[in-house]
Amino acid sequence: MAEVEETLKRIQGQKGVQGIIVANSEGIPIKSTLDNSSTVQYAGLIHQLVMKARSTIRDIDPQNDLTFMRVRSKKNEIMIAPDKDFFLIVI
Amino acid sequence: MEIVHVYSKLRSEFGRQCLFSDRPAELLLDLPPDPSLTLSFIQKSPRDQAVQACWETSEHQVNTERFETTSCGINHMEGGWPKDINPAEMEQTIRVRKKVEKDESFINSVLQLGSVMEHCIRQNNAVDIYQECFEDEEVVEEIQEPPSAKTVNIFRDPNEIKRTVTSLSWQPDGGRKLAVAYSCLEFQKSSKDISLDSYIWDIGGSERPQIDLTPHQDQYVHCTMFSVSENPNRPEMMLKPTSPLVCLDYNPKDSHTLVGGSYNGQIAFWDTRKGNQPVEFSSLEHSHRDPVYKIIWLQSKTGTDAFSASTDGQVLWWDVRKLAEPTECLVLDPSREGNLDQALGATSLEFEPTMPTKFMVGTEQGLVISCNRKAKTPAEKIVCTYDSHHGPIYALQRNPFFPKNFLTVGDWTARIWSEDIKESSIMCTKYQMSYLTDACWSPVRPSVFFTVKMDGVLDVWDILFKQSDPTLSLKVCDNSLYSLSVQDNGRLVACGSQLGEATLLEICSGLSNLQKNEKSLLAAMFERESKREKILEARQREVRLKERSRSEQSREEEAGREEGEEDPKQLIARAESDFYSLVEAEVKRREKKDEVMKVRRKKKSFSFGSFNSVLTAFWSFIFQEKDICEEKDVKDEEQRGTSE
Repeated sequence: MAEVEETLKRIQGQKGVQGIIVANSEGIPIKSTLDNSSTVQYAGLIHQLVMKARSTIRDIDPQNDLTFMRVRSKKNEIMIAPDKDFFLIVI
Repeated sequence: MEIVHVYSKLRSEFGRQCLFSDRPAELLLDLPPDPSLTLSFIQKSPRDQAVQACWETSEHQVNTERFETTSCGINHMEGGWPKDINPAEMEQTIRVRKKVEKDESFINSVLQLGSVMEHCIRQNNAVDIYQECFEDEEVVEEIQEPPSAKTVNIFRDPNEIKRTVTSLSWQPDGGRKLAVAYSCLEFQKSSKDISLDSYIWDIGGSERPQIDLTPHQDQYVHCTMFSVSENPNRPEMMLKPTSPLVCLDYNPKDSHTLVGGSYNGQIAFWDTRKGNQPVEFSSLEHSHRDPVYKIIWLQSKTGTDAFSASTDGQVLWWDVRKLAEPTECLVLDPSREGNLDQALGATSLEFEPTMPTKFMVGTEQGLVISCNRKAKTPAEKIVCTYDSHHGPIYALQRNPFFPKNFLTVGDWTARIWSEDIKESSIMCTKYQMSYLTDACWSPVRPSVFFTVKMDGVLDVWDILFKQSDPTLSLKVCDNSLYSLSVQDNGRLVACGSQLGEATLLEICSGLSNLQKNEKSLLAAMFERESKREKILEARQREVRLKERSRSEQSREEEAGREEGEEDPKQLIARAESDFYSLVEAEVKRREKKDEVMKVRRKKKSFSFGSFNSVLTAFWSFIFQEKDICEEKDVKDEEQRGTSE
């Protein structure tokens, strides 16, 4: 438990990180450093995006899988690390 | 030779069953081959015959029906919670969260993901992998590509009965919106059912959602403002005057206000923040009595002054805060008496913010009148006139870079004038195939201007590049184009057609970017042309003076001659006879000269040759063929002479 906290704190402490969200495979945010409404929005929308991306990669090559995703926008960059059951979103 | 075989059947046998019988063949005609006929044919061998074996294919085109889409936002609610948990209740959600956190797999995965993520973040912080390199390097000189323009969008009048686009105005300061005025200018052709609206269209790129105002299908004419937006089918806003708008102008200082001149002569003022109806419009008694053809905002401290021109011969100044009465009035009477009966109808108006006291009016009769607003008496207001075109002047604009030169368009030509030279234009295009209806200078390139014609063609002229022809000529639509407007950035051009289509075109960068030395080259060109005109003018004046002095002398000598003007027929006859005698004298002189040449065999100079060619042009026009042949012989001899 403490390691989880420590890891997240370390990431949060890095330069340029605005917020972290840990969400489960259904899109429910488990842990977050942002306010509730943003968290919910991010978790829901990004969950869909990750699902789509993953299925795309798998469709092209069934042996392949999504390891990391960066979405770069004008204002910021959203980094998504997907796992089997959870995914970590860093802005 | 006819081969006829007659079959006959009794009337009573009609309808009888056919009974066939065998019969030996009968020779009716025997045509033996006639070898003499082969002489009229030529044998061709070998012969080529292409044979192809493939299956038949056919081409078919299908166009799907237009699909209208609207975009709207979706509101997300929280989801994904297990069924028994109510997401609204904090306790339950917290409980679920805590449970998950305790799960081992959660801890493992977070640790793993965390390390991956950290790696990427560190990467980000170490080197900005997305930075723009080579940003500061100079833009490489573009290869001179052929000029082109492409249609970005077409806005069609959504009403059933199409009206002509009579005026277009871009929103100032970036111009995302285009205001388009629609009206039917043909005399008495507007029916009761046509909509009065004009529209504002949004040219796309706006982030806020479009508010759809449903068109009000009444007898009122709406003004729709066309915005070039993601939805070219629906205008962003409609303006509803009481009478169709003939012209429209955005306030250059305030991009929400517009002023428009309508068909019945009234002026109306809109504020787009306040809705479709005009905020104010002028009273009928004090407005123009004819359609207002042009209305322009003026530069003033209050930013609320505008002036309008109409074919009733008046130019009226208005303060939009108080539209009940015009603040000033000028009657376009060239004799400077302020007589409305003698006034010339105005069809275009020109105002340049850098010269706020002067303005110009283009009239129906083809005269351009230059006026000074600050003159004390109305008589002094009209400074000078330029006799320019054979028909009404549809467009008048000063060059934004060289305010002393202005462009006028009317009849079949476009002409460029210099303010100082009143006799004739310094530059003129060829007579085009169809009537020119509107023109304007490009706001970024001083040597480029655009014209539209009645055959639906948009011409882009670059006078530094080519003066005799348009640099780019585009057929925009099949019906005639009536109006034209260029956006402030010089890239987007909107033109309006007779059937209510406003087409938006994007000009290639070659024609919308300022080239090196362009200003100085163009200044030199204008200088040169003005000088030429001045010299010609001076010469003309001399000739006229001479004529006058000569005619005065002859009048003194002959007492019997009538004073006053000869009627035109006599003048023409006299001119003809003069001309013929001159030409004949010239012919004789040349013949004599040729003989001398033949004898001497001198080499001729080039200038003589060109003089000859000019004269031969005259002669071939006048004389009969016999003489032309004579002339040709003479010419041949000359050529032979020059070659030797």
